Amino acid sequence: MTEKKELLVVEDLHAAVEGEEILRGVNLTICESELHALMGPNGSGKSTLAKVVAGHPAYAVTQGSIRYRGEDLLEMEVDERARKGLFMAFQYPSEIPGVTIAQFLRHAKSAQTGEDISVLDFYDDLKDAMNELDVDEKFAERFVNDGFSGGEKKRNEILQMAMLKPDFALLDETDSGLDIDALKIVADGVNTLHRERGHFGVLIITHYQRILNYIQPDFVHVMVDGRIVRSGDRELALELEAEGYESTRGQLTAAGS
Amino acid sequence: MPKDQNVAALKLDDYKYGFKDPDSYVFKSEKGLSKRIVEQISEMKEEPNWMLKFRLKGLEIYESKPVPQWGADLSQLDMDEIYFYVKPSEGEGRTWDEVPDDIKRTFDRLGIPEAEQKSLSGVGAQYESEMVYHRIKDDLAEQGVIFDSIETGLKNHPDLFKRYFATVIPSHDNKYAALNSAVWSGGSFIYVPPGVEVDIPLQAYFRVNSENMGQFERTLIIADEGAKLHYIEGCTAPTYSTNSFHSGVIEIIVNRGASVRYTTIQNWSNNMYNLVTQRARVEEDARMAWLDGNLGSKITMKYPSCFLMGRGASGEIMSIAYAGPGQHQDAGGKMIHAAPHTTSEIISKSISKGGGRSSYRGLVQVQKGAHNASSNVECDALLLDEEARTDTYPYIEIDENDASIGHEATVTKIGDEQLFYLMQRGLAEDEARTMVVRGFIEPISKHLPLEYAVELNRLVELEMEGSVG
Ligand SMILES: Nc1ncnc2c1ncn2[C@@H]1O[C@H](COP(=O)(O)OP(=O)(O)O)[C@@H](O)[C@H]1O
Ligand SMILES: [Mg+2]
Repeated sequence: MTEKKELLVVEDLHAAVEGEEILRGVNLTICESELHALMGPNGSGKSTLAKVVAGHPAYAVTQGSIRYRGEDLLEMEVDERARKGLFMAFQYPSEIPGVTIAQFLRHAKSAQTGEDISVLDFYDDLKDAMNELDVDEKFAERFVNDGFSGGEKKRNEILQMAMLKPDFALLDETDSGLDIDALKIVADGVNTLHRERGHFGVLIITHYQRILNYIQPDFVHVMVDGRIVRSGDRELALELEAEGYESTRGQLTAAGS
Repeated sequence: MPKDQNVAALKLDDYKYGFKDPDSYVFKSEKGLSKRIVEQISEMKEEPNWMLKFRLKGLEIYESKPVPQWGADLSQLDMDEIYFYVKPSEGEGRTWDEVPDDIKRTFDRLGIPEAEQKSLSGVGAQYESEMVYHRIKDDLAEQGVIFDSIETGLKNHPDLFKRYFATVIPSHDNKYAALNSAVWSGGSFIYVPPGVEVDIPLQAYFRVNSENMGQFERTLIIADEGAKLHYIEGCTAPTYSTNSFHSGVIEIIVNRGASVRYTTIQNWSNNMYNLVTQRARVEEDARMAWLDGNLGSKITMKYPSCFLMGRGASGEIMSIAYAGPGQHQDAGGKMIHAAPHTTSEIISKSISKGGGRSSYRGLVQVQKGAHNASSNVECDALLLDEEARTDTYPYIEIDENDASIGHEATVTKIGDEQLFYLMQRGLAEDEARTMVVRGFIEPISKHLPLEYAVELNRLVELEMEGSVG
């Protein structure tokens, strides 16, 4: 068996916002083509981890490292990370009034590839992606997230992922507030990329094991108070669903932290 | 993608119209303003006596009115340093070949003859104080549409001219309307006969070339019953360290059931004082739309207005202002509801950066007897950094209690979360900011003909260059 290539390696990561430490020593390794799930109570630092990996300027990394495909991610600007194939589906996507999804995606696509894409090719791809995700074609002419329902925002994130074809995606509660049909579509989006792009890896942040019925994770991690306190396979998600996070909290205390 | 070419172009030039040509004129008045200069202008234009009298009266009114103390700071504008009349050539061309070579080259460089071929019904071009070119497509001329320089209008259509001239903006309206009345030169005279629709725009282009120049064009547009017209005005000048001055008067008569759209993309260099009075008289069921883009100039004071005089008349003002370092855009609009069932809408958007200042100043007035009037005003300011400044001065005067009036004002900054979101998709910070700004002006730019929307976006991109701090 050949050794799997590392996609993302987070080591002893500490990060603070406004002087307050939120991540307190995160360790996490994701290899190519692996699907990881990150669970944990509200406020435990899951979104913070995603944003720090994506490079949000509000968070200061005070200790530790993040390597992405062998490179020091912390040395790169947000847009550079994105152009290297790192994608984040936001828990709360921003609204950009006056800019259509199509315009936005076309800019993003050409920023990513560094070359002009023909309008026709672009619209062909966009149409395909929209059909795949079962969104109306008019969707592309709406302003980015402007007046979208929660579900529409999530679909928009997945549409962008499908168009930008990243190598690694962070999905931050993309499943929250979706009905079962929408959930399946989101899962389809991930699975399609996984199938088409062999090395594609994912970290999916979620509260519910429900989506894990459709996206089969290789690993499940639990974050509590800014640290990953347990890691396991799918069974862990089922256990957490049945018993809640109390047991993990107990372990944390028992570990003497 | 064209965007990328623009990004490359960004690094090369700031204000691409800032080039200057050697001075070229057949007559240049002495510096400053005097009765003698007013008489000279009138004499050189071989005007009827009533016009000379009108001019001299304008001068008197101008001298009697104080410099306005509200609005932008005009204290640095020294009238004694301004040339009030510069005649660039003899006569006005009907073909570009008749325009003197050096002047023609300038307009070539500005892309005017090309645009004329591609997307316009007619073009007028003013250089310094005079129109050097005017031409309208033959089929429109055959339908009786008149598109001339204002001087030719006065000569060839004296009755029509006299019937409307200065009826919408009388000389005593404000100090600079009075000044224009005294020294006006150049501008367009347009008449669209009843029922004739000029769907493809006419454009006038104003170029100031020499230093310390004052340009005072005067435009008179009459859209007769049921007629339709779109008119576009563009302006540029070289960049000098001294001040230049532009003070136009634009009067529009929109007769019953007619519809006029007047679009300005003002991109004067940053040493220009731009004080313009533009106003439309809108009759029964007629419609007037101003689209006012103020991107350049040092100081602009400009409040396009609609006097809604007939039942069911409607007016629209959309303005977009950009104020960069050293610029003050004091713009807005006036809607006067003087008849029942009149409607109006003002949408004003401004972008300020690096100490630039933009103000919205607007008046909505519903007069006694103007029942069931409705008006909606929306002004949105976008501040690009901490030094930028914006103010709003909305005035509302309502004399009927069945009026429906809406007013909304917002001030926003480009949010860190927005930038993070866009950059997470691979856009560089410059591009991300530009995209937010483009989105911000979309409600206005979507009303522009395609080429102008592209141009506006390009200008925004230019201005955004180096905005990352
Ligand atoms: N930008 C921020 N400013 C202040 N506090 C923040 C910020 N982002 C996160 N936090 C705080 O950090 C903690 C973890 O938040 P978050 O990462 O959003 O948790 P989760 O996604 O696991 O629910 C919370 O206490 C939250 O209030
Ligand atoms: Mg979260």
